Amino acid sequence: MTARIYIPRDAAALALGADKVAEAAAREIEARGLDAVIVRNGSRGMHWLEPLVEVETPIGRIAYGPVRAADVAALFDAGLAEGGPHPLCLGLTEEIPFLKGQTRLTFARCGLTDPLSLDDYKAHGGLRGLEKAVAMAPADIVKEVTDSGLRGRGGAGFPTGIKWKTVLDAQGPQKYIVCNADEGDSGTFADRMIMEGDPFVLIEGMAIAGIATGATKGYVYTRSEYPHAIAAMQAAVGIARAAGVLGANVLGSGKAFDMEIRTGAGAYVCGEETALLNSLEGKRGIVRAKPPLPALQGFLGRPTVVNNVISLASVPVIMDKGAAYYRDFGMGRSRGTIPIQIAGNVRHGGLYETAFGLTLGEIIDTIGGGTASGRPVKAVQVGGPLGAYFPRALFDTPFDYEAFAAKDGLIGHAGITVFDDTADMLKQARFAMEFCAVESCGKCTPCRIGSTRGVETADRIARGIEPEKNRALLTDLCNTMKFGSLCALGGFTPYPVMSAMTHFPEDFSPAPLVEAAE
Amino acid sequence: MNVHVTGGDVGERTLAIVREMKGLEGPLLPILHEIQDEFGYVPQECLPVIARELNLSRAEVHGVVSFYHDYRDHPAGRHVLKLCRAEACQSMGGDDLAERVKALLGIDFHQTTLDGAVTLEPVYCLGLCSCAPAAMLDGAVHGRLDIDGAKDLIAEARR
Repeated sequence: MTARIYIPRDAAALALGADKVAEAAAREIEARGLDAVIVRNGSRGMHWLEPLVEVETPIGRIAYGPVRAADVAALFDAGLAEGGPHPLCLGLTEEIPFLKGQTRLTFARCGLTDPLSLDDYKAHGGLRGLEKAVAMAPADIVKEVTDSGLRGRGGAGFPTGIKWKTVLDAQGPQKYIVCNADEGDSGTFADRMIMEGDPFVLIEGMAIAGIATGATKGYVYTRSEYPHAIAAMQAAVGIARAAGVLGANVLGSGKAFDMEIRTGAGAYVCGEETALLNSLEGKRGIVRAKPPLPALQGFLGRPTVVNNVISLASVPVIMDKGAAYYRDFGMGRSRGTIPIQIAGNVRHGGLYETAFGLTLGEIIDTIGGGTASGRPVKAVQVGGPLGAYFPRALFDTPFDYEAFAAKDGLIGHAGITVFDDTADMLKQARFAMEFCAVESCGKCTPCRIGSTRGVETADRIARGIEPEKNRALLTDLCNTMKFGSLCALGGFTPYPVMSAMTHFPEDFSPAPLVEAAE
Repeated sequence: MNVHVTGGDVGERTLAIVREMKGLEGPLLPILHEIQDEFGYVPQECLPVIARELNLSRAEVHGVVSFYHDYRDHPAGRHVLKLCRAEACQSMGGDDLAERVKALLGIDFHQTTLDGAVTLEPVYCLGLCSCAPAAMLDGAVHGRLDIDGAKDLIAEARR
C-alpha cells in the first residue's frame, strides 16, 4: 500500500521550514525507492509543533514534530513511512491533548485533507450542507442559520441569520455575498488557516449564503499579506467551478452562484465592512456612515451580505447537521464553537476550536501552557489591536461575547496575544494610538486627530511631564474617540489604551526624569 | 525579485492592462495591483491613462493610489523585506529585532539599501502570530525569526 505522508502547506508551517522538509522527504522517498506520496495538507493548528509531519497507519495518523529538514533522513531511518518510533514522534495525532480537547466543527477538515482535493473534501463530509440547501426554500435556509444562533465571527457578533433575512427580503437587480477575509488583527489567523487548509468550506458557505438570499455573485476580499491564502482560494474556486459547485447551475440545481477573489492593498481599515465595500468598488477605503445598511445598499449600492470567513465557513456544518446540533454548543447567547487563536509569547500557540465558555485562564495556562519565555504572564490582549489588555485578575472571565463586554473587553475575532512580565503597558497603549493614527481612514475627526494626540499624550506621560494631568487628558480623549468615532477603529482604540491604564497603573507612573543624571 | 525589466511604452502597457480588466466590477484595485506587478511600482504616467479609461478624474485615481500602503510611487530594491510590527511579534521581541535589522542594513523603514538590494518595510500582521516574530522576504514567510535568521535572509537577498 502506498504510504501517505502529510507535510503542511499552511503559511505558519512554511514559515518554519515545511517546504525544505517536504523537499528532503521527497529526496528520501526517491533514494530509498519507497512506495509513498507526500500530501501537502493544511495545518492542524499546533503551531509549536510545526512543521508537523504525519503518516497514515492502520491505527490512525502518527505525528512527528517539530521536524527540521536535517531530521528527515533520520526519521526515514527510523521507519517514518510505517509510523516508526523516533524522539520526535508524538504518537497518534488525534491523541495529542491540544487536539483531543477540541470540538472541531468549522475546522473539522483543516489539516486532515488535501486542501485542493474536492474528492477529499467530499469524503470528509463536504458539500452535504450545500446539497441540502439547494433543495430548500431560501427562507428555510435563513431560518436554519438563524436558529443555529450563529453570530458574526468577525468581531461584532451580529446574528448571521438576521443579516441574511434582510438581504433576502431586499429588492435589487443584483445581490452580492461579500466575504470579509481582511484579517488584519494581530493575534488572529483563523481566516488564513481555513482559506489555506480547507478553502472549499468557505466556497460552500458562500454558495449557501447566495442561494439563501438570492445573491448570484460573491467576492472574497482578502489581504495582500496573505499570498498563500490567495493562491489556495483562487485554485479552489477554479476547481469548484469546473466541478459545477459554482457557476450557472450549482450542483445541478438550476440556481446560479459564482465568485471571485479580490486582494486588498495593505489598509487595515478595510476590515471594516463599509470601508471594505468602498475598496472593493475601487475607491479609497473610507468608512461609510450607517444607515444605509450594507444589507440594503452595499456593494455598488445593492443588497449585500458581508460576513466574516469563519461565519461563512461555519454555515456548511450547520446546514449538514442542523441548527440544533450547532446551537447545543456554547453558553448564554454565544452559541456554537469559536476558533480561538492563541498567539504571542505563549508555549503552545495555535488554533483551538471549542465551544464558548472556557475561562481565559484555562485557555492561557492550561491549553497555551503559559509563556514561551517561561516568565509570568503579565497581560493578554484579546480581540486584536482594538481589544482590551486583561491582567491575570480577570482570567476567570469566560470566553463569551457578553462576559467580555461586561469586563470592558471584547472577543473580536477571538485572537489572544500573550505578553510576559517584560511588557511595558504604556508602550502598548502608545502603540494602539500609533496604529490607529497610521491606519485611520481620515473620515472622522476623533479617530484622525485623536489618535495622533493620543500618541503625543502617551509620550508626555512616558517622559514624566505632568503625568496626572496627562492621564486625565488621555482618559478624556479615549472617551471622545469611543463615542465620537464613525467606526470601530477609532471607537475601539480606547479599549487597549484604557484597559492598559486601568489594570497596569504602575506602568503609567514612570519615575520622574532626573535631568542632571548626565 | 521585484524589479521588472520594462520595455515599451508605460502608457501603452497600462492601456493594455486597463482594457483587459475594466470589465470587472470595481476594477481599480485589480488594475493597480497588475500595474505594480508589471512595473514594480505605480508610475505617475499610468494615472491619466487609468483615469481616462475608467472615466474618473486623475485626482480620484491619485487618491486611491496614495490611500493604500501597498502601492509604491517609486521602484523598490531588488528584494523587499517586510518585518511584522504588530502586537504578537512585539510580545516576542519584534521591536528589538526590527532595530537590529535596521542597524544591520543601515536604513530605516521605507528605505532601500545603497546597493539597491533590500527595501525594508513594516507590515502590520502576517497572520503568523503563533510563531512570532515573523517576516516576509519577497513572497516567502519566515517565523520565529531571530537576528541570526535575519542575517541569513539579508545575505540571501544580497547574493
